[in-house]
Amino acid sequence: MRLDAAWYDLRDIGNAVGALLEQIREWGAPDWVPYVTSSVIAIVGILLWTVLSVLAFIWIERRVVGLMQNRIGPNRVGPAGLLQPVADALKLLMKEAITTRNADKTLFWLAPIVVFIPTMVVFAVIPFGEKMVLADLNVGVLFLIAIGSINTIAVFMAGWSSNNKYALLGAMRTIAMLISYEIIQVLVLLGAVLFVGSMRLGDIVAWQDDYGVWLLFLQPLGVMGYVIAGAVEMNRSPMDIAEAESEIVAGYHTEYGGIKFGFFYQAEYLAGFAIAAVIVSLYMGGWTLWGLEEWVPGWLIFLAKMYGVFFIYIWSRGTLPRLRVDQLMAFAWKFLLPLALLNVLVVGGEVLLWQEQDLSSGEALPLFGAVNFGLAVALVIGWALALGHRRPEKVAHRAILTQELGAIFYGDIAPRP
Amino acid sequence: MTLDGEKIIDADMVIGYLHRSMEKLAEERTYTQNIPFTDRTDYLAAMTGNLAYVLAVEKLCGVEAPERAHWLRMIMSELQRIASHSVAVGIFANDCGAWQTPVMHMFRDREKILDLFEMACGARLTTNYMRIGGVSRDVPPEFMPAAHKLVKELPKKLDEYEDLLLSNEIIVARSRGIAVLTPEQAIAHSVSGPMLRASGVAWDIRKADPYAAYDKVDFDIAVGTDGDVYDRFVVRLAEMRQSVRILEQALDMMPEGPVHAILPTATVQPIGNPVAPLAIRPPVGEAYGCIESPRGELGFYIVSDGSPAPFRFHIRSPSYINLTPLKLMSVGRTVADAIVILGSVDIVVGEIDR
Amino acid sequence: MTTVLTGLEIAHRIELSVPGAVDDAKPEAAFIQADKLIDVCTYLRDNPELQFAFLSSLTAVDCLDHFEVVYHLTSIRLNLRTAIKVRSYERENPKVPSVTLVWAGAHFQEREAYDLMGIAFEGHPDMRRIFLWDGFAGHPLRKDYLNLPGGQMAGLERFPGEPGDALGGRG
Repeated sequence: MRLDAAWYDLRDIGNAVGALLEQIREWGAPDWVPYVTSSVIAIVGILLWTVLSVLAFIWIERRVVGLMQNRIGPNRVGPAGLLQPVADALKLLMKEAITTRNADKTLFWLAPIVVFIPTMVVFAVIPFGEKMVLADLNVGVLFLIAIGSINTIAVFMAGWSSNNKYALLGAMRTIAMLISYEIIQVLVLLGAVLFVGSMRLGDIVAWQDDYGVWLLFLQPLGVMGYVIAGAVEMNRSPMDIAEAESEIVAGYHTEYGGIKFGFFYQAEYLAGFAIAAVIVSLYMGGWTLWGLEEWVPGWLIFLAKMYGVFFIYIWSRGTLPRLRVDQLMAFAWKFLLPLALLNVLVVGGEVLLWQEQDLSSGEALPLFGAVNFGLAVALVIGWALALGHRRPEKVAHRAILTQELGAIFYGDIAPRP
Repeated sequence: MTLDGEKIIDADMVIGYLHRSMEKLAEERTYTQNIPFTDRTDYLAAMTGNLAYVLAVEKLCGVEAPERAHWLRMIMSELQRIASHSVAVGIFANDCGAWQTPVMHMFRDREKILDLFEMACGARLTTNYMRIGGVSRDVPPEFMPAAHKLVKELPKKLDEYEDLLLSNEIIVARSRGIAVLTPEQAIAHSVSGPMLRASGVAWDIRKADPYAAYDKVDFDIAVGTDGDVYDRFVVRLAEMRQSVRILEQALDMMPEGPVHAILPTATVQPIGNPVAPLAIRPPVGEAYGCIESPRGELGFYIVSDGSPAPFRFHIRSPSYINLTPLKLMSVGRTVADAIVILGSVDIVVGEIDR
Repeated sequence: MTTVLTGLEIAHRIELSVPGAVDDAKPEAAFIQADKLIDVCTYLRDNPELQFAFLSSLTAVDCLDHFEVVYHLTSIRLNLRTAIKVRSYERENPKVPSVTLVWAGAHFQEREAYDLMGIAFEGHPDMRRIFLWDGFAGHPLRKDYLNLPGGQMAGLERFPGEPGDALGGRG
């Protein structure tokens, strides 16, 4: 686009890698060598970056949530507690990884691996910069969804092989949740794909850059659905029923200790990053920022946005209580699913209108944005009312204060002070 | 729990893991030596535990504490009530899933109250402050200004907690309509305290049978109307407000004077100094003394045979008896609800198992 | 203020409606015959002048030659309190009728009395131990549980340091 392709151009690390590959080809290496080299470099880069991010975010999350709770958070290990994640990682590595006697050994051992791998693989299709995509698949979005759903099987493997009724209960709840919200994810992402006309994530980012607008503003229903569905996929509060500590010990990873638990823990953060990355790529313009990428490297912009979205998830964890499993599923099937379907319908109609009427983007997009926004607000309020959710009482239900001893006020509908 | 998927079919209580046989141990220790036991039954409300025991023994001996001791006892009980309800409300929000944020905020206020206790008697949690015939010592001069400051700050904080917690969608969804107890059921199951008042029955021992200067201050009984988990929550927050009201009046109205009665040598044969005896020999007889602790009716049934140790020392602990309708409330609900229901009963295991 | 109905008053009232039920009456409590217990309790709960619907406390005492089960009752509507007792002279397996059908709150308290004192309540829906485990031998709160050598039982006869003590206590 607007970047010159010198190898020292840090605004896109793909330039340096590209130059290296050119060099390898000039040396006359067979065709597969540049291919493998580029893959290896990308894989190593992603691995390093994800692991370091997870370590950093363990610290950030605990400090930020601590500040929200009016306390300090870890500050003993290292300066200001910065070595806390290192201490956590070392502790997990040194602990004995117990396998309970009645557990199904193969599955028990496989489950953490199967949880961890898909969350890493998802990063393969995400564009960190113009030339920084590990696997520029034509069906990127489909790949995301498909790989994300392997998580469900892994959770079930973990819960079942533990031979522990609480683990199984937790696993069942999690699977029910994950399946419900995957459908919503698919429909919502379908809306975004329809608008852009391509499933390739690089294309979607390029579309947002070309038209100078983020899909966030054009598809509010979609974003809302994906943010909520993403929170559920991450097993994060307010939907962390799977590992609700006060309820079922630790859900499907009750029986896991040591580095096996470390895998689950890390997979949760990685899933969080993956979802944040997807939101940023699809809805927030990816690595572009309306021209700023000429001065600031694109991947830095991407990382900043991604961390910002993840911070909002941390914020909601520190603040909101959690829903019950049946309430959550009722929300998915009765509320979000019809809205997601309507979203697809409306988006499809808009795309058709755009192509047939041959409107210019200057007129079409603001119109669509306004219509979508208005529709989102109207549908959310209207559908909630139709389902019977009334406005929460502004004045909360208060106790009756009395001096009559021995009186009974049960079922009283007298006005409250 | 016997489950069918997520639904509870049967629930059974398995307790006794903290059974320390306090009732048996108390039969070998003198009446004054038993006061620290009462701290450790309900360790989140030690002052009220002490007070109930001391009132029962005073009833047995026919001893009356001096005026200032009554007011000090009342102030300490109300401070303890606020501290205990802070824990109850915070932990309830935690059970609903709000990751300890409300707990931390409410503990901030509780810390101030525990600092006041440390000023008064040297200990934060297991206070051992009350004595048979009064309190162990008078409060130091820095206590009153600190208490006044706290009482000025608390209403604003309570407003904040009520606003944030009571109208939160998720807390309302998790607790409205869950585990309803009708007043007839509550009374039949001997439920007492905020759980009984949430079911609509206006019964508070501080009003029914006033002890320790409660008849000299003005306060209301907070009553709910639905008997569900949400109402228990609401009642506890309202009681905290009433406690602040009592404290405002008590801190101003407290008279000067001695804080420990001189025990009459004839009926109660004190061993050692009559003001702070090492042991007493109460007259032969029995007494049942009860107070309104933050969890309900805390009663002590003491039988004396004239020796320095009680012949029978029974603790009527509210947490234990409030658990009686647990099966009634849980059957038919899901596992997630069971946690919230147990949180609403506000148990302290030390009191259940003694 | 709560009106406390003494044992004598409540014995008088009980005698009027359930004759032959009162065994003995002392100021602190009325002693009821075990076989008439449920009738008396139902009367106390349902009589509109008494309305003792709230069982404050149910506990057992090991008075060395007999067992006593003490019931403290409260009337919430009328703000009254009273106490009744039931005696059992059997040492090995004392039996007392259960009042869980009258007051459901007696459920756990009777289980505790059974566990710690060994008094079996007939008609209780779930008579098993509650604090101690099922195979526990003995009932700990009894006075003769694990008798110390020399026939000494739990209790404090003299406080060490009492005046007149051989150790020369403070007076």
